[in-house]
Parts: sequence; structure tokens; C-alpha cells
Amino acid sequence: MNSGERDVSEAVLKDSTLTASDSASRSSVLRRLRVTDKVFHGLTRTAALLVLALLSGVILSLVYGAAPALGTFGFGFLFDESWNPVTERFGALAPIYGTLITSAIAMLIAVPVGLMIAFFLTELCPPVLRRPIGIAIELLAGIPSIIYGIWGLFVFAPFMQQYVQPLFIDSFANVPVLSILFAGPPYGIGMFTAGLILAIMVLPFVTSISRDVFDAVPPVLKEAAYGVGCTTWEVFRYVVLPFTRVGVIGGFMLGLGRALGETMAVTFVIGNAHHVSASLFAPGTTISASIANEFTEAVGDLYTSSLIALGLILFFITFVVLAIARYMLMRLQMRAG
Amino acid sequence: MTDTSIASANSPLYAGRRRRNAIAKSLALAATIFGLGWLVLILGILIYKGIGGLSLSVFTEMTPPPGAAGGLLNAIVGSLILTILAVIIGTPIGVLAGTYLAEYGRHDKLSSVVRFINDILLSAPSIVIGLFIYEVMVAPMGHFSGWAGAVALAVIVIPVVVRTTEDMLTLVPDTLREAAASIGLPRAHMIVRIAYRAAQAGIVTGILLAVARISGETAPLLFTALNNQFWSLNMNAPMPSLPVVIFQFALSPYEEWQKLAWTGALLITVTVLALSIIARSLTSARKSS
Repeated sequence: MNSGERDVSEAVLKDSTLTASDSASRSSVLRRLRVTDKVFHGLTRTAALLVLALLSGVILSLVYGAAPALGTFGFGFLFDESWNPVTERFGALAPIYGTLITSAIAMLIAVPVGLMIAFFLTELCPPVLRRPIGIAIELLAGIPSIIYGIWGLFVFAPFMQQYVQPLFIDSFANVPVLSILFAGPPYGIGMFTAGLILAIMVLPFVTSISRDVFDAVPPVLKEAAYGVGCTTWEVFRYVVLPFTRVGVIGGFMLGLGRALGETMAVTFVIGNAHHVSASLFAPGTTISASIANEFTEAVGDLYTSSLIALGLILFFITFVVLAIARYMLMRLQMRAG
Repeated sequence: MTDTSIASANSPLYAGRRRRNAIAKSLALAATIFGLGWLVLILGILIYKGIGGLSLSVFTEMTPPPGAAGGLLNAIVGSLILTILAVIIGTPIGVLAGTYLAEYGRHDKLSSVVRFINDILLSAPSIVIGLFIYEVMVAPMGHFSGWAGAVALAVIVIPVVVRTTEDMLTLVPDTLREAAASIGLPRAHMIVRIAYRAAQAGIVTGILLAVARISGETAPLLFTALNNQFWSLNMNAPMPSLPVVIFQFALSPYEEWQKLAWTGALLITVTVLALSIIARSLTSARKSS
């Protein structure tokens, strides 16, 4: 493509009748242009390669930093609950557990609510309100996570402690499974509160991606369904949702990726306790919260290295989740395009 | 014909379908109110708690020792320096890489790999970026520094800018490119003089969104720029920043500190929301014109 264009321009220049000095200056200009063209091409290519180098740099530096801890504890690191800086025994079980549980709570709430908001925005909302409501929901995504953290600590956690948690504990006291999930003193902070705050943070991601893929459904399909007498809900449930399934799942995965890696909002309200407890009201910790809380205070190479190993595990989990998300969204794009 | 349709309209099946439809609709409305409710609640409490501490001294005094009054001047200045440096480092790389994806290698193998990796970096946990910069800059240099903080933020800026630059350049009609090529303009000149100009508003939007994203970032700064109780412009020393100061002050037991944390939180939120609204209006103005 590139060389083809150049040939044409050269041929045009050759054909035209020029004096010798004219053509000499033309060819020097052309040469200069060609050099700048090459340099610019090289620059952009280098920048693109730098993006690849960044990711490899992240992986390599994490592996290098985590090597001492993984060498000492081996695979047992993943399944060990102990976290003792004094005896230098570290295990990742409690942070991994906390990360998965808080993210699960977040997704359990954010997915249905986000889907219903997207349903409202695409099918029910008056057109005048669509844009403002959409933007307002997206503003939720723009609020920095530290704001969620400080708000969670000072406003949400006390509210949970006073009203919500005692209610849950009392009402589920005699229900078999739930009495274990919602047990113990209401601290306010803990995995449940952290999960709820994550849900609010993930909500806009799920909503905006679902809305975008719902909007991409060809109107003909929906009209056909309405034509045979479907209700709005049936059109959504049996036409829109199946058609956009891949994209919606991609959106969930993006939200999940955010929930798994979220740091500041969780750090404030999780309680930072390296325990695996069945009760959702118990303080726990997540991978990112452990790193944020302890990294600057970690003394000893093994302690630091264990925290970096946690970072490596987190990166691995989010990488897999995000890769699946991108793959699904790409598949949808290919089908649409 | 009319008989059967009347019968079906009153049949339990039809009533059930209508009921289900009504329930789903009201649930959707409730979910929307729920979502908007959080936004109102968070912003409302933020303003309520933060506005009381807002005074001139916030912008003119340094962060105080525990139990004393003071301001956030050094943290605000530190945040500004870190953000500006991160944008200066990250934007050129991001724009160039985005240019490659959209102009030179729109369909080649390398581009699809870079695009995929860039999307991963875009949503990678920011605390991992902090660990990365700690490993490659802080540990070898032996001390925390403003430079490390700026580079960590730049790593977050790059994927945002790459993505928007590529998207915006792809929107530029190919006829413009062909017109430029037909008068013999080399590719690089076509990109700089024509494609960039056509995509200007979009690229600026990307940069603004990146600024909005990093001005609230805390996690990557915790162990790169660290924090500094005092006025410092030395990029080789630990540097204070608004989010880290909020983190430290909010978790402290001192009332003055907590109050300042709320004020700082209000400042950051207003900045971030203003930036993202400006960015949005830039692109929507372009779309409608």
C-alpha cells in the first residue's frame, strides 16, 4: 500500500517537464519527506511495542520479586492461612478467599441490578431522560475509589453496624446455612460491607456495557417479536438477552476484573484480618488490601516478597478474567461487524 | 375471530404474562432509582461533610501535625506535579502507539496483539502497577521518589490514551487520507497534518479522561511517591499527593485530620467529575456538528 502510493507520486514527478535544478531540489525534498516518514513510522511502532514491553515488564518484575517467597513456601503458599511476620510464615489463602468472596458478593448484586438498569434505559426510559440517566450512572464509575473508601468507612460501615447487620443476624439466627454466613458481632466493617461497596463500584461498568450491547440489537428483531404479541419483558428476555449474551458476559467479566483488583475502597472497610471465616460479617482481607496496608511497613525480604507474590496471584487472576472478557466482547464485535 | 381474541385477553395465561411484564418493568425502575440513589447519597454526604472544612487555609497552609489546624497545600501541589508529569510522559507514547494501531498497522498481527494487551493494561489492578514501579524504580534507587510516582501514573495514562487515540483516528474518513495521498503527501505528514487535526477533539478527550482517572488514583502512589508531611518540590524525594494524604488522614484517629480528608475528598471528586464532564461535552459537541 505504502510503496504503491510513493511509486505513483514519483511517476507523476518524472513525467512532468522540469528543469534540472527544479528536479534536483524536488528530489531532495522528497528524500527528506521519505526520511521523516520512516522515522515517524518507526516511532509509532516503537511506542506500540512499548505497550507490549510494559505488560511483560509487569509480569517479569512480579515474578522476580515473588521468587524468594514462592521458593520458600512452594505451592503450599496458595493454601496456607497463616500470616505471621514474626515467624516469617506467610500464606495466601486468607487474602485469596477474601478477594473471591467480596467479588462474588459484588457480582451477585451488581449483575441483576445493572441488567435491569440497562433494560430500563434501552426499552422503557423516555428518550429525553436516557442521556442524563446514562451519564449519571457513568459518573458513579468516575468517582475515585478512595472516595468510596472514606464514604464506606465513615458513613456506610456505621450504618451497617447499627441497622443492617443486627437485623440479618437476628432474623437468620435459626436458619441452617444463613446462620453461619451471617454470624458474629456486627463490626460494621468486614467482607459483607466491602462486597456491597464493590457492588456499587462495579454497577456502572455492568450497566454501561449491557446498555451498549442492547442498543446494538437490530430493531427488526425486536419489532418482529412485538409483532407476534410479545410483552416488553418477553422481548427483552427472549430476544434481546439471548442475542447479546456474549457481550453481556463480557461486560460482567470486565466488572469482575475491576472488583477483584479494587484496592482503596476495600482497604478502608475490610478490617485487614488474615483469617478465613465462614461469617460474611467477620473482618477479612483481600489481596490488594493486604498489599496496600502492609507493603510500606513490611520488614524483611521474605515479607516483602510474599506481598509481591500476592500481587502476582492477583495479576494472574485478573489477567485470565479480563482476557475472557475481551475475547467475548471481540467475538460479539466480529459478529456485528 | 373476535370471540377467541377476547377469550385469550381474559385468559389466565395472558393475565400472567401481563403481570410478569408489569413486575419486570417496576423492578427495572426500582433498579434505576437504586443506582441513582447511590450517586446522590455519595455526592450529598461528600458535600455535606467536605464543605464545612473548605476555607482559604486549605489552599494556603501545609498539612498539619496531628491535633493542629492546617491545609492541604503541599498535597495539592504534589498531586498537580505528579499528574502533569505523568501526562507529559504518558501522552506522547500513548498517542504514537494509538497512531500505529489506527494508521500503519490497522490489520496486522502485531496490532491485534497490542490492542489486546492494551485492553488488559487498561483494566489491570492499579496496585499491581505500583508493585511493578516499586520493583523497577524504587528498589534499585533505594528510596521512594516523586519520579517513581509520576512514572506509575504514566503507566496508567498510556493505555487510556492509546485506546481513545486509536478509536478517534479510526473515525476519520478514509477519503481524507486518500485525498492527501493523491497530492503526494507522505503518510507521516498526512497523519500529522490531516488525521490528527480531524481527530483533535477526540484525542484531547482521551487525555482529559486519563487525567481524571489518575487524579484520584491512590494505590499506585502508596509505595512509589509515598507521602511527605512537608513542602517538597524535589522529585527525588518522597512526594505528597492528595489521595495518599486522604488515605492517611481518614484512617487516623485525629478529628482535624479526618475533617481535612473529607475536604480533600470533595476537592478530588469535584475535579474528577468536572474533567469527565468536560471530556464528554467535547466529544458530543463534535458528534452533533
